[in-house]
Amino acid sequence: MTGPHVRDVVIVGGGVVGVTLARQLARYHLDVLLLERDAEVGFGVSKANSGIIHSGMHADPDTLKGQLEWPGNVGWLELRDDLGFGFAQVGELLVALSEEEFPTLDALEAQGERKGVPGMTRWDQATIRAHQPNLSREVLAAVWAPTAGVINPYEAVLLIAESAAHNGVEVATDEPLTAIDPPADDPGAPLVLHTPQRRIATRFVVNAAGLFADEVARMAGVGTFTITGRKGEEYLLDRRLAGLVTSIIFPCPTATSKGTLITPTFDGTIMVGPTAEATDDKLDTATTPDGAAQVFAAARRLVPTIDERDVIAEFAGVRAVADTEDFVLGPTARRGFVNAAGIQSPGLTAAPAIADHLVAALASEGLELRERDDFVPEVEHPVRFSVLPDEEQAELAARDPRFARLVCRCELVTEAEITDAIDRGARTLDGLKFRTRAGMGRCQGGFCTWHCLELLAERRGCALTDLTKRGGDSWLIRDRDDAPPTPVEVGERR
Amino acid sequence: MTVTPHTRYLASRYDVVIVGAGPAGMAAAVAARERGAERILLVDREADPGGILLQCIHAGFGLHVFDEEITGPEYAGRYLEQVLEHDVDILTDAYVMDVSPDLRVKLMSPDIGVSTVDAGAVVLAMGARERTRGAIRIPGDRPSGVYTAGLAQKMVNLDGYLPGRRAAILGSGDIGLIMARRLALEGVEVVGVFELLPYASGLTRNIVQCLHDLDIPLHLSTTVAAIHGRDRLERITVAPVDDERQPQLDAGWDLDVDTLLLSIGLIPDAELARTLGVQMDGVTGGPIVDGCMETTRPGVFAAGNVVHINDLADWVSQEAVVAGDAAAASVTGAQRPRQDVRIVPGDNVAYVVPHTVASDGTHTLSFRVRRPITGPTLLRLGDVHRRKLRAAVPAEMVTVKVGPKLLEEVRDDVLRIDAVPAEEVAT
Repeated sequence: MTGPHVRDVVIVGGGVVGVTLARQLARYHLDVLLLERDAEVGFGVSKANSGIIHSGMHADPDTLKGQLEWPGNVGWLELRDDLGFGFAQVGELLVALSEEEFPTLDALEAQGERKGVPGMTRWDQATIRAHQPNLSREVLAAVWAPTAGVINPYEAVLLIAESAAHNGVEVATDEPLTAIDPPADDPGAPLVLHTPQRRIATRFVVNAAGLFADEVARMAGVGTFTITGRKGEEYLLDRRLAGLVTSIIFPCPTATSKGTLITPTFDGTIMVGPTAEATDDKLDTATTPDGAAQVFAAARRLVPTIDERDVIAEFAGVRAVADTEDFVLGPTARRGFVNAAGIQSPGLTAAPAIADHLVAALASEGLELRERDDFVPEVEHPVRFSVLPDEEQAELAARDPRFARLVCRCELVTEAEITDAIDRGARTLDGLKFRTRAGMGRCQGGFCTWHCLELLAERRGCALTDLTKRGGDSWLIRDRDDAPPTPVEVGERR
Repeated sequence: MTVTPHTRYLASRYDVVIVGAGPAGMAAAVAARERGAERILLVDREADPGGILLQCIHAGFGLHVFDEEITGPEYAGRYLEQVLEHDVDILTDAYVMDVSPDLRVKLMSPDIGVSTVDAGAVVLAMGARERTRGAIRIPGDRPSGVYTAGLAQKMVNLDGYLPGRRAAILGSGDIGLIMARRLALEGVEVVGVFELLPYASGLTRNIVQCLHDLDIPLHLSTTVAAIHGRDRLERITVAPVDDERQPQLDAGWDLDVDTLLLSIGLIPDAELARTLGVQMDGVTGGPIVDGCMETTRPGVFAAGNVVHINDLADWVSQEAVVAGDAAAASVTGAQRPRQDVRIVPGDNVAYVVPHTVASDGTHTLSFRVRRPITGPTLLRLGDVHRRKLRAAVPAEMVTVKVGPKLLEEVRDDVLRIDAVPAEEVAT
């Protein structure tokens, strides 16, 4: 026993839902702990997805997905203004490649209107061509929805978590939940959780454990659903192709997926994907030749000039799909244990609304919400040197020499941005990359990796050999001395 | 090299600004000065001039330029001495943000902040970058332990760390071969070098000295078909490839390695050239240049690996001498030689640099063949010259010197370069 301290809420999982809920709870006088098993928040499902805030028209309003999609979209604008992560409403174009798809356009447009999504219009071929000249001539008609946007999801998660922490939430990384004690005889007794580091007593637990939410629910004795993985592969194209499309291009959806999209990412690269393949292994984020073939064949139907040879990076993410195919939100048979599970598309979009939904659910379960008057919604926005006007760049460079030293030249990231990201909590090479884009460009870290590692080691006061790519066993380099060189016999010249 | 004299104050105008202080930039600086340019600024983004030479601690440099075999850092040191003797301003730890069409060079460095200088001429000497995993799209996981060979070379040779314990190398480019040897000497087990093509991409001397001498196997027509490992690299699948270079997975095998080095080619680091809007060569990935190494934008010259990938630093420097000399000549008002012969790649020639030459000058034409010819090769320069080569393989750049006597015959015309098996022609 560590003593009588009882938390108000423990959130299991530092993905987009976990951190957004943590930040909303930080508005009240509450003792909140967020547990994340990875080295940094957002390293799971939230890191590897299409990075799209959907227009609001896609999900069926009779589902939780449909009810929370549009309010979630609206919620992101406020979060962006408070926190300054990359998010731009570039709009989406849902296109029909044949007349058979016209009814789908009609249905989705009508669905959006029913949900209150503003600004949708139908475009004919001439309008489509005028706005997106690189689209295939086979595109016959489209629904234009200006409310859709592109976001840097990892950057958003990191800044939301930072804001939550600023406002008093304890964010614990590298700390997986390992067990939940069975209910005590006293129904008013707190839940007791275990991690490798400690024992935690809490009145409420929110299960935002993403791909492993079914396992966490089973730990609590309320395993009423299962989560299966549905993998999506994404391919990033060289920055040179910026402007190929200026809005998100959607084909008409299928039963399991919104199809292969072409997305102008916030940072100016073009991304194509995702696939949608069921996977037994929830940690399987391998890309495959089949996946690539599928993505490029589908992408070329929309934009014929898209070419595999322009790929600079690829990744895969796994969607956490509940057997209900809907979000699993709210109280359970276990008193104090609340689910936030099955967060598949449009989960990222809906996250702010999911957080509000959960706050209301916790309140109805007896969590007292007394608003704090000292909640600070903003964090200091990270500087993005590369996008600043020339005069501002010059001013920063004159004021602080670290702004005048370029670390990543493909993405124009300065030493000041790197050190700021480390001071904000970056602990791993990937954490640094997701915060600053250092290493995301065309050379993929060939030139800047070492400089990033040196700055990480220096500012965190650790050895270079202690650093990892993304925590766990992802070590990067080793000391020469830990295995003395073996004498090599040099053979005769041939 | 310990202390680098370092410019803290910039003049507002330079005759020649050189971007990159590697074997190209330093050679261009010396040549420009010798040709009479007064004020020269040599800019490099690293703390010390020398570029990639500094991490190339192996021998094999200098045979052509200094007539003796020295290491990369020694080669850089010798050039730096010359640069300093020639009173060239050096600005290191600096980045060229932009070059405007009227040759205003915008620079940024911690010492000077953001500053703009006017240039009479600019020499692009940025070198190359390495192709990455993304460029060849190896499927699988994305663990730590997959490095480009050059990054591994830096961590081992300059910083004294090792990338792992058991390594495989994909690609038989020179850096990969040299790193295979380096890692083996450092006690890292090197399980093999895998090459997609049916022939090696590196120099023969490196195959012999880096692989054969250390009993490191070279697997031709074989590639890494998948990468496995959640956190750290654990395993790779290697497989032979078919005629379309597609891996035959059923004939593949797995290797337990914690490190994979990629030596899969270099790409001219020519973004600055692209933003300047100069015409590019789709094959080399570098700018199109004339016999003075001038790009299609007057006053902007380029040399070395930013133009095309060279096998040897010595050749890079020799090419940069042409660029530096011509850049200086352009600001001292010398008569421009008229570029009246267009050079085009013909049979089995991938590219030729330069792309045009002046018929009244002497030029070195550099090219690579597309397909390897392992036996006697006929080199044809239009109808005006024929020469036998012992062999011609893509891994080894071919150079041929041409002078006015030959070029006069193709003035205002095209000179087509062919490299074909000699026996085919004989029959």
